[in-house]
Amino acid sequence: MTQSPTLVNTSAPVIEVRSVRKAYGEKVAVDDVSFAMPPDAILGLLGPNGAGKTSLIRMITTITAPDAGEIYFQGAPLNGYHPTQIGYLPEERGLYKQMYVGEQLLYLARLKGLSTRDAKSRAQEWLAKFELDGQWKKKVEELSKGMQQQVQFIATVIHEPKLLILDEPFSGLDPVNATRMRTEILRLHAAGTAVIFSTHRMEQVEELCEYIVLIDQGRNILQGKVRDIRRQFIEHRYRLTHPGDPLPAALAQRYELLNHTPSTVDIQLSEGEDGNVLLRALLDMGVHIQGFQELLPSLNEIFIKRVTRLNA
Amino acid sequence: MSNLWLVIQREYVTRVRRKSFILATLLTPIGMALFVVVANFVLGYENDDVQRIAVIDDADLFGGAIADESGLYFDFVDQSLASLREEEPGGTAYAGILVIPTIKNLRSRNYRAQLYSDETLSMDVQGKIRRRIQSALREYKIEALEIDQATLASLDTDVTVKVSSLSPTEDGSNEDRSMATTIGAGIGSVMGFLMYITIFAYGAMVMRSVMEEKTSRIVEVVVSSVRPFTLMLGKIIGVGMLGLTQVLVWLVTIPLLLFVVGLLFGIDGSNQPEMAGSPEMDPQELQGMVERVLAGLGDLNWWIIAPSFFIYFLGGYFIYASLFAAVGSSMGDDMGEGQTLTIPIMIPVILAFYIMMAAIQNPNSSLAVWSSIFPLFAPIVMPARLAFDPPLWQLGLSILSVFLFAGLMIWVASRIYRVGILNYGKKSSFKDMGKWITAKY
Repeated sequence: MTQSPTLVNTSAPVIEVRSVRKAYGEKVAVDDVSFAMPPDAILGLLGPNGAGKTSLIRMITTITAPDAGEIYFQGAPLNGYHPTQIGYLPEERGLYKQMYVGEQLLYLARLKGLSTRDAKSRAQEWLAKFELDGQWKKKVEELSKGMQQQVQFIATVIHEPKLLILDEPFSGLDPVNATRMRTEILRLHAAGTAVIFSTHRMEQVEELCEYIVLIDQGRNILQGKVRDIRRQFIEHRYRLTHPGDPLPAALAQRYELLNHTPSTVDIQLSEGEDGNVLLRALLDMGVHIQGFQELLPSLNEIFIKRVTRLNA
Repeated sequence: MSNLWLVIQREYVTRVRRKSFILATLLTPIGMALFVVVANFVLGYENDDVQRIAVIDDADLFGGAIADESGLYFDFVDQSLASLREEEPGGTAYAGILVIPTIKNLRSRNYRAQLYSDETLSMDVQGKIRRRIQSALREYKIEALEIDQATLASLDTDVTVKVSSLSPTEDGSNEDRSMATTIGAGIGSVMGFLMYITIFAYGAMVMRSVMEEKTSRIVEVVVSSVRPFTLMLGKIIGVGMLGLTQVLVWLVTIPLLLFVVGLLFGIDGSNQPEMAGSPEMDPQELQGMVERVLAGLGDLNWWIIAPSFFIYFLGGYFIYASLFAAVGSSMGDDMGEGQTLTIPIMIPVILAFYIMMAAIQNPNSSLAVWSSIFPLFAPIVMPARLAFDPPLWQLGLSILSVFLFAGLMIWVASRIYRVGILNYGKKSSFKDMGKWITAKY
């Protein structure tokens, strides 16, 4: 299932990438990447720096064109109209420092095809939502960094795109702004916007994404539903939290114990063994259980495992 | 198309209301007017110090009197130099003592007078004294050698070469063409110089505009909505319109301000510093000259010159602004380091400027002809030749070559630009840029 071209069967994926390849001179940035994302999904495009995520995104946003392969937006090959349906927050982002906030939003919204009137009313709505109503006539350089980031976000979503592409969205954001942005993104998603998160910090988006595409050295090495992938990489390991009393010797004889700390221990089961059986055994041994939890691999761990497995 | 218009609008509007632009547009004419006023004041400045020179005329060259001029008086004294020195140890009464020794040999071409002074006499005063002695000596020699004044005067002949065109002009006469040449040179150099300045000023503005978008990192946001080609073209057109606005404002305000300044301060050029040896022009002759200049200006074929100048402004601007845009897109975050990238653009502009000056001297030389067809030089060289009535085929070929080349440059620049703007960090090399032109991106 890892190399299947579609993640789920929908009639028209919001984005479908088919065998796309892109090289800059000698360097192959994107090498035969294929995936498709359902219309209202949140997809994590994950991989280390330099893996080819930004190159891939630039092709989806029509900034560059693939050397080979095709990209479809809602079933149609990418064309000049599609950029108006996409909101893109690049990793390298900024605003015109000398321009007024309101004017800047108008300009960027109108480039996305909005009429002046629509652009104006929406810009005002969004500024009010972020408590920036008074800043319309301020130059961007006069705003605080946090405010600038909010304006930048408004510029990305003002035209109500069908697809939102966020490249390293949380880098450089303070916790308050990061939370605010996360809330807004989830709200837009609930309203039907598909979202692509691109990041090398997988733990940042782990709980947000329903689907992931893992990229390494230009190739997609793993893709699918996060839940399925997790299950695939499951290690049958459970973490026991206890008050710190010595554990019964029988436990160590019966099971493999790992990662001791004063109050926790990880218990490795062999394949086919059941967690419930372990839990019952613990109770029978008279262990005082404060916590009991199955350990699921993090995306980071999955990525590393996958890369080592492929290289082996 | 509508996006192109939006880009043009933004470039124009955000720049035209910038304080720096408004100041430059308004202060340049004011600065020029101020310069004229100050220059006029400085040149017309008369030293109000009074300097007295004691003259010991042993040769009796001046016959006892030298006409005084403003601030400079000559007193003839009968004392010897030694007694005068004793009497005036500090030299308070006289700024200097001029000793005119007797003339030993009338045929000698050298003569040395002596000026003693503890003050530093200005070059002006020294020159005046020298000229006084020279002319007095001349009169003295003419008399002593018994030369007839009239014969002597007839030796100096005023020579003018009257140039008439071989083929009769439209109205049948073959009138005086020498004035047309002078005027052509004047207009040509002004036009060539204007082209040179505007290409540099507005080309550099396009470059800064490109770099601004790149360093502020807005560019990737923008090119996700607009094709890089549209963005670049919109920028070039927007800044070009800004340049036209500025030039138009200057075309109106500069002559107006100079006129007002002339009225207020009575500047009419009459108190220009006297040029040594230049004959005074009598008012009638001056009047005639002004009339001939005006007639010469009227004779020029403005129906060709004015539109051609505009066409060359556009062509030259598009060629060089595209190149500046390409270079701007290739610069890294450190703008200072990238300055070297502009050198290859400056070289043809500066070369063209020098060729333009040569072309004014010799508007039909093969250098002038070929340079006014070569598209990198043509926008500066050809406007300078326009007043000399270049053959129409040359003008046509030149305009064609400029526009084809401008199209080519816009294309080449856009190929470099689309890659350069997304290449953050270090500046790029010319080798990279060359690759980008043909690369698929």
